[in-house]
Amino acid sequence: MTADAPHRISQGTSRFWLIGGLIVAAIVAAPIIAIAWIALFPSENIWPHLISTVLPRQIANTASLMLGNGVGVLVIGVASAWLVTTCRFPGRPIFEWALLLPLAVPAYIVAFVYTDVFEFAGIFQTSLRAVFGWQSAQDYWFPNIRSLGGAIFVMSSVLYPYVYLLARATFQEQSVCMLEASRMLGRGPWRTFFTVALPLARPAIVVGLALALMETLADFGTVDFFAVNTLTVGVFNVWLNMGNAGGAAQISLVTLAFVVALLALERIGRRGQRFHHTSTRYRPMPPFELRGLRAAAAFAVCALPIIAGFVIPALVLSRHAIVHFEQSWTPAFFTFARNSILLAACAATGAVVLAIFLAYGRRVAGRTIFGALSRIAMLGYAVPGAVLAIGVIIPLARFDNAVDLLARDLFGVSTGLLLSGTVFAVIFAYIVRFLAVAFGAVEASLTKIRPTMDMAARTLGSGPGETLRRVHLPLVSSSVLAAATIVFVDSMKELPATLILRPFNFDTLATHVFQFASDELLEQSALAALTIVIAGVVPVILLSRAIRSAHPARRAPSFYAAPLPAPSSAGS
Amino acid sequence: MKPVVKKSALAGIVVTGIAVASAMAAEEAALNVGEVNVYSYRQPFLVQPLFDAFTEQSGIKVNVLFAKTGLVERLKQEGANSPADLIFTVDIGRLSEAYNASLTQPVTSPALTAAIPDIYREPAGNWYGLTRRARIIYASKERISPEEAPKTYEELADPKWAGRICTRSGNHVYQVGLTAAMVAHHGEAKTEAWLKGIKANLARKPQGNDRAQVKAIREGECDIALGNHYYYVLMQQNEEQSAWAQSVYPVFPTIGDTGTHVNISGMALTKASPNQDNAVKLMEFLAGPLAQQMYAEQNYEYPILDGVPETGVLKAMGPMTSDTLPLADISEHRSAAIKLVDKVGYND
Repeated sequence: MTADAPHRISQGTSRFWLIGGLIVAAIVAAPIIAIAWIALFPSENIWPHLISTVLPRQIANTASLMLGNGVGVLVIGVASAWLVTTCRFPGRPIFEWALLLPLAVPAYIVAFVYTDVFEFAGIFQTSLRAVFGWQSAQDYWFPNIRSLGGAIFVMSSVLYPYVYLLARATFQEQSVCMLEASRMLGRGPWRTFFTVALPLARPAIVVGLALALMETLADFGTVDFFAVNTLTVGVFNVWLNMGNAGGAAQISLVTLAFVVALLALERIGRRGQRFHHTSTRYRPMPPFELRGLRAAAAFAVCALPIIAGFVIPALVLSRHAIVHFEQSWTPAFFTFARNSILLAACAATGAVVLAIFLAYGRRVAGRTIFGALSRIAMLGYAVPGAVLAIGVIIPLARFDNAVDLLARDLFGVSTGLLLSGTVFAVIFAYIVRFLAVAFGAVEASLTKIRPTMDMAARTLGSGPGETLRRVHLPLVSSSVLAAATIVFVDSMKELPATLILRPFNFDTLATHVFQFASDELLEQSALAALTIVIAGVVPVILLSRAIRSAHPARRAPSFYAAPLPAPSSAGS
Repeated sequence: MKPVVKKSALAGIVVTGIAVASAMAAEEAALNVGEVNVYSYRQPFLVQPLFDAFTEQSGIKVNVLFAKTGLVERLKQEGANSPADLIFTVDIGRLSEAYNASLTQPVTSPALTAAIPDIYREPAGNWYGLTRRARIIYASKERISPEEAPKTYEELADPKWAGRICTRSGNHVYQVGLTAAMVAHHGEAKTEAWLKGIKANLARKPQGNDRAQVKAIREGECDIALGNHYYYVLMQQNEEQSAWAQSVYPVFPTIGDTGTHVNISGMALTKASPNQDNAVKLMEFLAGPLAQQMYAEQNYEYPILDGVPETGVLKAMGPMTSDTLPLADISEHRSAAIKLVDKVGYND
């Protein structure tokens, strides 16, 4: 959004957005603030010990993991998005949606599957030994899957869809006019991509990258499984083994500061640039036909990530699910699935509504404190789920106990715990955790709407609410849908916070899988694991179709009377 | 006529529904003389059969919340209004954590003190051990003769094992427990040297769980490994893993000349417990002969009391004499242990 948002509005209505937005942002930021609060009370100062022992290595490992994953998701996500949007080659219509499939597979399951396949005793190395006649590990060299490289491989394979999804939506909205102008001025297709298309898509790509990196930081399951000693491992070590929750919260905050610094750097990098469309002319790009070797290369670029992030894990899970069907199947299975789906649906709805409220509130009321609070609220995505769960418990339990005390004083009755230990706590945690996903997508999409649109609507007499409903929402609907789907799928997969916050005798598919997976007995719950994947695949495919049909050229007539051109389109 | 048919059908359904619902409610009321709420660090599939047996015997319903982390924090924040009565853990660390945070209350029960030796309970009764889990050595049948196999934990640091040992992460609670026991017996300086020695002998960077170490022996990556004893039986019963178990034999090493290091699974009554009577009943049930036998027969853990008849499979593994140092003392050295693990860079 441009800094000098010219659409500030009259005091009365803007106050509603400002105050409402501040309240929402404060509630959502509460868990992060609670973590900061715990950090004030460490049981001992942990830093001298850490700095002299494991910290340097943990920082180096975390930085390498983020760098590796960052490069991985950028290359895979942007390349595949560009190919399926601008080129025509065999399989493209399938790749268009299939590239999203890895989103549905939890990283901890992929880690398990690849260990199964690639470790010394796995099918891959066993076959190699059989073929080449090697006897032991000393006879040949093979990379250890349980390593930093393995973690980068696994996490990049399931995290790239964040970049792909947002990059593709942006490339799709770019009109050919700009690209043609570039070509006419003598630039080749590669240079056009790097100097025009890519810089224009930067805000969206950065959002995708930030999500992938925040998820990298929050991950404990994969790095623990692969024995990569990162800062997150350090957090858990200090918390659980040294019994020092305060010290652990301090490490968490340092990690978050890392994220904040990165995001701030990026913002400074594109300060003063504008990305909204300046022309109302839109022409879709004519597809670029690829043949022969080029088509084969494009095919490989799109197929490999799908195979790595989805096909192989799904096949391995299916095999286990069939072999261990009797151990996997439990009559409570449908209850688990219902719980998962209901929680995820509530979280998706809640996160999207709050994201629109915050993003639009910032647009109309644009105050600094608003920005700061909503940025704090976004940090939930970079915090390990178990740590965030503690951050969620604190404000909820304080609230419950305060209400209880009040009720005892006033009426002599105990209200007990109203919110803690209920599904509300779980949904709240999901919203806090995944709001960044929803907010990022909605805000990136709002950025592309010219401020003159707001002004025109306001001049014609619409209030901010009506402008949102009649102008912005229709324009950002595909992004909103994308946001809701990602939150839904992410919530289905969420494990650590669910475990800690849920009510008694309450299981989701993920918690059911975990009690076996935590003992490395995933085979026994492969059916439930597969169900998590399938339940994620369906909305992912629907999402992809919705995005395609929301293509500016196609959706324009349905939203606007014929003489008006499509407003969200681009031009040079 | 049709609407009438519809109406009476609807009425029929409603009446039947109410009848069924009230019958179910009555049945439930008859069965349940109450509830007890458990925050459990143990996986439900391991403890559910015991809870079912308890409910059958007492009519008290057991509500369970399982998580791997964070239950102590949840308990702490919920404060006086927490619904939890009992906390169940798989190791001594979490028990002492809850106790140190003043979240537990002492239980005095002659049944408990009779069933549970004093080295496995907090002196005032703030926590009680339920089962013993021995940290043993798995040795390759093919490459290590029983005479050659290490008889003590200390021997693992001997350079003759260079490149032949596998363990899981030094930060894992089971490894931390063993390291804390070394500190309790030998002090920090000797334990540091011991950890350095083992680290120098490792065949690979610490990784995987206890089963994965035995698998590595089977695949020839290493010759000896550390692991909890019950995995030996559990692996034998697993179609894929039985080959791993068959490639090794269990050795019960001693710390110095005392006995094998054991950790406990245990329980504590929470300070805020709303159903105290039921909670104590469950504690006594779990320490009682039926539950102890179930633990041994279904989870292959050692009963907390020596001399409770052990099942065939446990007996077949050989005699087990456990370390005599009180677990509460060992537990105090956990923080020192983890710092030593960091200091020698055990996991790098």
